[in-house]
Amino acid sequence: MTDDITTELACKELVEIITDYLEQTLPERDRIRFDAHILTCPPCREYVAEMQNTLRLTGRLTVESISPGARDELLRAFRRMKASSTGL
Amino acid sequence: MLRTSDAELVERLRDGDEATFARLIDAYSAPLLRLAVTFVQSRSVAEEVVQETWMAVVAGIGRFEGRSSVKTWLFKILTNKAKTRALNERRTIPFSDFDLDDGGEPAVDPSRFLPASHPQWPGHWATAPQPWSMGPEGTALDRETLAVLKRALEDLPRAQRVVVALRDVHGWPAADVCAALELTEANQRVLLHRGRSRLRGVLERYFADAPTLPSPASGGGKVNDGPHV
Repeated sequence: MTDDITTELACKELVEIITDYLEQTLPERDRIRFDAHILTCPPCREYVAEMQNTLRLTGRLTVESISPGARDELLRAFRRMKASSTGL
Repeated sequence: MLRTSDAELVERLRDGDEATFARLIDAYSAPLLRLAVTFVQSRSVAEEVVQETWMAVVAGIGRFEGRSSVKTWLFKILTNKAKTRALNERRTIPFSDFDLDDGGEPAVDPSRFLPASHPQWPGHWATAPQPWSMGPEGTALDRETLAVLKRALEDLPRAQRVVVALRDVHGWPAADVCAALELTEANQRVLLHRGRSRLRGVLERYFADAPTLPSPASGGGKVNDGPHV
């Protein structure tokens, strides 16, 4: 599949190595084949754009955390720990 | 650099600096909770596990040796506590069994590509991805998109869900995710790839269906006839 640099990348292969490409962990010759492919393949360019849009949208999801009450309780426990370790 | 600031962080915690502890709680409670829910049955139990983790930090900060980063230490405490809880709940799903063995699910439905035997375009798109019509940020369409995406994230297999959440929602670098979850770089990337690919697929279907949403009758069995390449 990755015989040499001139072997054209199939779209079906591109969608499986796109994460390595975006993570910059793709071996150089595959990266070159990837870049060459998207230059001439509009659907794969669209696919790359959609993947990037997916990442961008995922980055906008809100993050759920612990409740304010639980947070306060932890801060009180931290204060108690400090008080007991300093003998107060 | 991380280690230096970690040393400083631990020093402050040992000195009883409450503001530092508060910052730590605010920075890590959400990712800890994200991991905890993959182990235990309910959200409330997951919150308890996070709380126990922080209490262990308060009690154990004097014993922290700095051999790992604070982040890794926190996640190790949480993993241990969550596993204990999971055992008590008779839900034995250790992290090492993380579901990589799903038969190597493809990123895109294979039927969307021309066969390898195709004389001219082997393995090329038969049904190309369609451009998305995303609404501007803050609009109703945009909020709905995020809601769809959030649901899709929650529906991912748990290992993919945690990795995608830590990387793409919390913005952690790959190395931190590997350390916290005790994953190899390669496995982390496989999980990230499958998770991200699934999310893209959900969004693609959502955008393809979006214009016809009000009519439930036209919902089923929609075929996306994109142009051939």
